[in-house]
Amino acid sequence: MKNKQSWIDQRFPLSKVWNEHLAEYYTPRNFNFWYFFGGLAILMLGMQLLTGIFLTMHFKPDAANAFASVEYIMRDVEWGWLIRYLHSTGASAFFVIIYLHMYRALLYGSYKGPRELLWIMGMILYVALTAEAFFGYVLPYGQMSFWGAQVIISLFGSVPVIGPDLLIWLLGDYAVGDATIGRFFSLHVIVLPLILVVLVFLHLVALHHVGSNNPDGIEIKQNKDKDGIPKDGIPFHPYFTIKDSMVVVGFLWLFSAVIFYAPALNGYFLEHANFVEANPLKTPEHIAPLWYLTPFYSVLRAIPPLFGSQFPGVLAMGAAIVIFFALPWLDRSPVKSIRYRSPIYKWALGVFVVSFVMLGWLGLQPVTPTNALLGRIFTILYFAYFILMPWYTSIGKTKEVPARVTE
Amino acid sequence: MKKLKILSLSIALSILSFNVSAASKAHLDHADTDIMDTASLQNGAKLFMNYCSGCHAISFMRYNRIGKDLGLSDELVAQNLMFAGEKTGETITTAMPEGAAAKWFGGVPPDLSLVARSKGTDWIYTYLRSFYDDESRIFGVNNKVLTNVSMPDALWSLRESQSEAEFDNSVRDITNFLDYVGEPAKLIRLQLGKWVLLFLGILFVLVYLLKKEYWKDVKYGIWRPRD
Repeated sequence: MKNKQSWIDQRFPLSKVWNEHLAEYYTPRNFNFWYFFGGLAILMLGMQLLTGIFLTMHFKPDAANAFASVEYIMRDVEWGWLIRYLHSTGASAFFVIIYLHMYRALLYGSYKGPRELLWIMGMILYVALTAEAFFGYVLPYGQMSFWGAQVIISLFGSVPVIGPDLLIWLLGDYAVGDATIGRFFSLHVIVLPLILVVLVFLHLVALHHVGSNNPDGIEIKQNKDKDGIPKDGIPFHPYFTIKDSMVVVGFLWLFSAVIFYAPALNGYFLEHANFVEANPLKTPEHIAPLWYLTPFYSVLRAIPPLFGSQFPGVLAMGAAIVIFFALPWLDRSPVKSIRYRSPIYKWALGVFVVSFVMLGWLGLQPVTPTNALLGRIFTILYFAYFILMPWYTSIGKTKEVPARVTE
Repeated sequence: MKKLKILSLSIALSILSFNVSAASKAHLDHADTDIMDTASLQNGAKLFMNYCSGCHAISFMRYNRIGKDLGLSDELVAQNLMFAGEKTGETITTAMPEGAAAKWFGGVPPDLSLVARSKGTDWIYTYLRSFYDDESRIFGVNNKVLTNVSMPDALWSLRESQSEAEFDNSVRDITNFLDYVGEPAKLIRLQLGKWVLLFLGILFVLVYLLKKEYWKDVKYGIWRPRD
């Protein structure tokens, strides 16, 4: 065994990689609930890739057969229904996990130096994931697939001057159709999965270089013993491999409860209208994206057209995502963790969370005067969290950060 | 912070309990179907094939899949559910030519394979029981759920020969059958689900105990004394 290992090690740094990233990768021992989600996100990526491989074998990426081929998977392919639900409901679970993962960064200031690049890679991952989800949602070619794609893609048509040509270039046609499905399929199964896998790898490389943040927002590397091991660190393997295994099983229990008993979750994970095949001649009475994109959809709807153009709304929607990239530089607080932040920051974060959830909810609702007003109020509060951040993070009394992690 | 957590949790829960169904706003009666009730599904299948399948296809469904799932042999399926000499492996289409359908009803009657998934069982149950006489319409009937629908009251003979409770049960069985047709895998997943959850539940306890054992090192400082 030892011989074999050294034979490999002379040719490939197997032991080195194992030690650097698992056995001797020191992780803060005070990780809590919020640190479950990075590992779970990798689990979901793996599950989506695996189930996606089998769906690709049976799915027909053309406008005439796409819808029927999904039903063929649901009925005639052995275990096809399970594979499909794992994939479609899995997409929603993936976003639940990613949003909690991102919220963790807001709670404990994980985006702050020296983790700015880690955060930016994560944000690019998030953008890539939304694109991946959007393309995937169009593929079953139900009514919501078609009309959702029609609405989202037409946003590009609002770009001044080049808009109309850009639209045709993106769709490959004058409307969503066979040409669109072909390219979305290609992007969904090759381009974006590749980007996601590479970015996850880079995200992990950056993480292991700077080391994990923790609920106290303390750099454990600043307190090392004589062997150069962080005093508050414990090896990732076996302690966190076993803990994450427990988390994975617990998550799979919850996930299975949804998969087996409410895979469409009352229309939230699979919309009712998407069980009707796409019909370009019949607009559904109410078009809404899936829940994970509705906060941004609400921002889009909150901005009134200027000079008859939807473009300002489109810009605002883009800004609602892009502004996250600037967080490391907007936050002026001397402390990272919510535990030691000033009360004003806690309020700001609370208002932001409520705004995000409310925008998400409003995005699922039809537009009424009250909803439109609420949409605008919460859009303002949403952006206020970011725009006012340099101000409210530099005032207010922060608590003293202990030298060592607390239990 | 605690209060904020509770507030955000309660907002999240209240959103989840709200149904995002895009179906009609008319009041719907609760269908109260039970997909595990095989007798109800069998009766629903019989009624559907006799009263509905003349015009409506369920083209994602195969005859022999119904037989397999509802405990009917191929012979029984052929005798009771198949009327036009199809093969048991075929999907259930309608014999009505499309052109004629458009002429007779002003449109092709929709395929009902997924109607339970797009409209919901309550909608089907209420809709089928909501026809009323209206001489201004071509077929002499109108519908409270789907106003000015171009479908005749296909179940009228059933309605006249049965008591109200019997008729409700017949409609419930048809609804139940359509719920099954919308997702045949529902029969498997509802049965399998509890075993999967039981397995994962036991596995969770074992992995939790294993984790606890490993983390004793961390808890009691065996892994590395902290100064």
